[in-house]
Amino acid sequence: MKPVPFDLVVAKDVAGAVKALGEEGAKAVGGFQSLGPMLNLRLAQPRILIDVTRIPELRGIQRSDESVVYGACITHAEFEDGAVFDPTGGALARVASGIAYRAVRTRGTIGGSLAHGDPAADWPVALGALDARVRIAGERGVRQMPVASFMTGAFATALQPNEVVVAVEVPRPSPQARFGFWKFCRKVGELAEAICGVYCDPERGVHRIMIGAMEGRPVVLADVPEVFEDARALEAALADLDLGSDPVHRKLHLAAIKRAVADMRQVSGASA
Amino acid sequence: MGKQGVGVALRRKEDDRLMRGRGRFIGDVRFEGQVELAFVRSPVAHGRILGVNIPPEHRERVYLMEDMKGVAGILARSGLPGFKASVQMPLAQGKVRFAGEPIAMCVAATRAEAEDIAATVTPEIEELAANHDMLEATKKGAPKVHDDWADNVFLETFIDGDIDSVAKDAPIAVSRTIRTGRQCMAPLEGKGCIAFYDRYVEQLVLWTATQMPHIVRSGLAECLGMEHRKIRVVAPDVGGGFGWKGLLQPEEVCAAWLAMHLDRPVKWLEDRREHLIAAANCREHHYELTAYADRSGRILGLDAVAHVDAGAYSVYPFSACLEAAQVGSILPGPYDLTHYRCRTYSVCTNKPPIVPYRGVARTGVCFAMELMVDAIAREAGLEPHEVRLANLVTPEQMPYRNVTGKDFDLGDYPESLRRAAEMIGHDEVRRRQEVGEADGRKIGIGYATYCEQGAHGTSVYHGWGIPMVPGFEQSQVRLTPDGTLEVRVGNQSHGQSLETTLAQVVNEVLGVDPEKVNVLHGDTALSPYSTGTWGSRSAVMVGGAVAAACEKLGERILGIGAHLLQARPEEVRIADGAVASEAGSVSFAEIAATWYLKPQNLPPGVNPDGLELTAGYRPKVDTGTFSYASHAAMVAVDLETGHVDLLDYVIVEDGGVLINPMVVDGQIYGGTAQGVGTALYEEMTYDGHGQPLASTLADYILPGANEVPDVRIAHMETPSPNTRFGQKGIGEGGAIAPPAAITNAINDAVKDLGVEMNVSPVTPYRLLAAITEAQTAGGAVRQKEEAAA
Repeated sequence: MKPVPFDLVVAKDVAGAVKALGEEGAKAVGGFQSLGPMLNLRLAQPRILIDVTRIPELRGIQRSDESVVYGACITHAEFEDGAVFDPTGGALARVASGIAYRAVRTRGTIGGSLAHGDPAADWPVALGALDARVRIAGERGVRQMPVASFMTGAFATALQPNEVVVAVEVPRPSPQARFGFWKFCRKVGELAEAICGVYCDPERGVHRIMIGAMEGRPVVLADVPEVFEDARALEAALADLDLGSDPVHRKLHLAAIKRAVADMRQVSGASA
Repeated sequence: MGKQGVGVALRRKEDDRLMRGRGRFIGDVRFEGQVELAFVRSPVAHGRILGVNIPPEHRERVYLMEDMKGVAGILARSGLPGFKASVQMPLAQGKVRFAGEPIAMCVAATRAEAEDIAATVTPEIEELAANHDMLEATKKGAPKVHDDWADNVFLETFIDGDIDSVAKDAPIAVSRTIRTGRQCMAPLEGKGCIAFYDRYVEQLVLWTATQMPHIVRSGLAECLGMEHRKIRVVAPDVGGGFGWKGLLQPEEVCAAWLAMHLDRPVKWLEDRREHLIAAANCREHHYELTAYADRSGRILGLDAVAHVDAGAYSVYPFSACLEAAQVGSILPGPYDLTHYRCRTYSVCTNKPPIVPYRGVARTGVCFAMELMVDAIAREAGLEPHEVRLANLVTPEQMPYRNVTGKDFDLGDYPESLRRAAEMIGHDEVRRRQEVGEADGRKIGIGYATYCEQGAHGTSVYHGWGIPMVPGFEQSQVRLTPDGTLEVRVGNQSHGQSLETTLAQVVNEVLGVDPEKVNVLHGDTALSPYSTGTWGSRSAVMVGGAVAAACEKLGERILGIGAHLLQARPEEVRIADGAVASEAGSVSFAEIAATWYLKPQNLPPGVNPDGLELTAGYRPKVDTGTFSYASHAAMVAVDLETGHVDLLDYVIVEDGGVLINPMVVDGQIYGGTAQGVGTALYEEMTYDGHGQPLASTLADYILPGANEVPDVRIAHMETPSPNTRFGQKGIGEGGAIAPPAAITNAINDAVKDLGVEMNVSPVTPYRLLAAITEAQTAGGAVRQKEEAAA
C-alpha cells in the first residue's frame, strides 16, 4: 500500500521543528523505520511530516562527569558500531546490535524508538533500566523525565502533540554497576515476545528490573537490591508481579526476567 | 571443453542477470500511458452486498462487476462425481465470501492515487455469519457459502478398505487428531500483471507473473469470451511461484478487461498485505487417524478421515478438490500398507481459496502419517526409524503398486533412512539424551520418509476432470545462422534454473556449449503449448522434450554435415557442436551458414524443413516418477520458552540421475527452508468472524537466514527406468518432510514430560502451553500421590 498524500518539512533546528509541530496533523519522524510501514498501511495518516534528522544538535553527544547526552537522531547502528562514546562499557552497543535487522539499525534512531512507544522495543526497556532520562522540547522549552516513566502504555508516551524527543541522557555507571539484558523473539530481528533489562548500581542506589513486551507500559521493579543477591527473594518478588492474565505469556516473561538477572551475574568487569 | 551436459554442476546461466539486479520482473515493466489499479476489498468474510457507494467525482474511475459487461466468472470444475462447482466473479457480485475479496477496482495514473480513490469507495454489506472453521462448516445449520448448494462441501471422496479385520485383533491401536496450519506461500516477488491491447497484431497482451502462461491464456479466453489466438500471455522474470503463480486470478481478468475497455495499459502489483489476507492461502488440513500395528511396529491398517479447508472458491485450473482428493490417494506414503480406508472432504469456507503449494497435499500427508509412525513407535517401545524400516517398501518389491494404485518406479527407501540415521548420529544422540544437556534443554531426534510423485501426466490427470490435463510436452529448437541454438519451451522458469539445465540437455545431445544456447520460455507467442511449470515436471517432461527435439535436429545437421565432409551419413557423428568423420569435421556454424546463406551447397534431396523443428515427448510410463528422501532432524527444546533450536538436519534423497546436482541441492535447500517455516513459524490464523489475523510479515513469520539450519544432503542415485536420462522430479521434495521430521524430533525431546504436539506450526506459544499444561497436570498427579501416601 501507499501512504495518503502528506507534506514533508525538513526541520533545520529544534525551534523550527516545534513550530512546525504546532500545525494540525503534524508528526515528527526520525528514521522512518516504524512510522514508514504504518504510513504505507495507512494506519497513520499525518498531514505533515517533520523530518528532524537534519537538526545538527539532534545528531551530537555531550559528555560530562555525570552522564552522556545523546542526540535523539543517533542511529542504532552508530551505537552498535561504537561510533559514539558508550559510558556503560558496551551495554548500549549490545542492546543496539539486537534491534531488528542491520538495515533497520542504519536508519532507526534512539529518539524515534522512544517516541514510537512500542512496548516490545529494546530501547525503552534498556534505557529505562539504566536510569536514563529523556529530554523533550516543546513550546515552553526543554523538559526531561525518566525513560522508565516516559512510557504510559502500548504505543503511548508522555509526549504531548507539539513536543519532540531531542535527547537521551544516560548516567555514567559506577565501577561496580552491572547490567543484564535478555529477550525472546520468534525469529532474529522480530520484536520481542518477552524482554527484560536489569541494572544494579549500588553506589548510585539504583536496583531496577524493567519488563517490556507487556500489553501496556513496561513493568518496573525499582529499588529491589535484595533480588539481585538472593534467588528466593527474586522468586518472592516475581510471585506477586502482574505480568498479564495469560499463564503461558507469564511463564515466558518470568524466563526473560530470570535470564536477564543471570546475564547480569555472568558479566564480569566494570559497568557492563 | 569439459563435460557440461547431464550430471554436471554447471553454474547458472541466469545468475549473470539475476545476481546483478538486472532481471526484468513485472514491477520493472512499464508501458507508455499505463494506469494502475487498486482494489476495494471486502472488509468482512461473508455478507450480502447491498450497494457500493462511489463519490460521483470518482464514478468513472471505479469499476464494479456490473460494469464489466459480458465477462464470465472463473469456473474450475472437477469431473470427480459429486463435485460442486463455484463461480468466482472477478469482482464480487451479490455476496462476498471472504475478507479481502475484490469488490471494485479503482484506476489512476499511480497506485497511490488509485488507493486514494479506493479509500473513498464504501461497500454496504449486510454481514452474515462466517464459516471460519472447516469442521464447523460441515455441520448442519452452518451458514452456506454458496446459497444454492446443499452444504459446504465441494467434494467428498471415499476409499473403502477392509479395516475391521485388522482392527479386531491388532495389538496396538493409536488414534490421533492432527492438524496443519493455514499458510501463505510468500514468494519474494508477489503477483502482478500489466495488460494492453496490441493493435499491430490484434491481440490482448497480458504480462503476468505466472508459472503457466498457456493455461492463464485458456482461462482468460473463457472469462473474456475471446479466441485463444487473440490473446498473448507473457511471463517475464518471475520471483518464485511455489503454486501461487499457477492459477488464473480475478485481478488478471480485471486488468485484461480494463486494458481493452480503456484502450491503454493497465497494471496491478499485488502488495504484501493483499498477498497475505486475500491471496496465496494453502495447506490447511485436519486428520482423524487410527493406525493399527503389531508389537514389532508393523502397520496393519490405517483408518482416516481428512478435511481440507479449501476456502470460498475453486481455483482455475487445479480446482478446490485436488488437495483433499490427493490426501486420500497418497496418505499411505512410502509404506507397504495393505489395509486402508480414507474419507476426505474438500470444505468450502469463508476464507480465500487454497492453491496447491510446493508439495501440495504431500506436506500435510507426510506430517500426519509420520507423526502416526512415531506414535506407534512410542506405543510399541521401539525406535522410530526401526518402525519405519519395518514398513517401508523394499527394493525387492520394486516396481511396486501400492494400496491406492500408485506405481513406485524404483529405489531403496530403507537405505535412505538407514543412511539418514547414521548421518544424524542416532546412537550418539540417544547417549547424549541419557546424560542431559548442561543448559537444561531437552534434545530430540526425528525422522520423516516420503516419496514424491513428479511429472505425473495424462493417465493420472484425466481422472480428475479439471480444466487442464497434461499430455505430450513439446520443445522447439532452432539452429541459427551462426551455429548457436535457440530452444523454445512452453513452461516457465521462476527459480528452477531451466535456462541452465535445459542448455545442459542440449549439450548432452548435441555437444553445443551451453553458453551458445538460449532457452526462451514463458511466452505463448514464442513457445509451444504447455501446461507450465508445476508438479515437479519440468526436468522430466521439458528435459525430455528438449532432448527429443535436439535428437531430430541432430539428424538434419548430420545430413548436411556428411555432405560437406563428402562422407556417407553413417560415417559421421556429432561431437562437441560439430559433425565429425574420420577425415575431418565441420562445425555447426558452417552447417548453419550453408543452410541459411549458401543453400547452393546443400546436398541434393536435403530435408526442406530446415534447421528448426518442434518435437514432443512423454515418458513410456506417465504415472510419474517417484523420487524419495529421508529427513532427520535434531532439535533442542527450551522448556522455559518453548523455543526450538534446529541443531542438525540431514537429508538423504534419490532423484535418479541429476541433470545438475547443484541445482538439485538448491531446490532441496529452498524447499527445506519453506518446510522449516511450515514446521515452526508460518500460520495465517482467522478469528471467529473469518478475519485474517496476520496482515503483515510482522505477524506472518517467515524463517530467515538465522532460522534455517545448515542442511547436510547426501544423494543416492536410482535412475528412473521411464525417463529420458533416468531423471526424476524433485522440485517440491524439500518442502514435504521438514514439518514431520522436526515435530517428531520435538516430540522425542519432550516425550518424558508427556507432551506430544500434533499441530503445525509448533510455535513457542503452543509448545510452552503444552509443556505448562503437562507440568501442571503432572504436578497435580504428584500432589495427589503424595497426599495418598
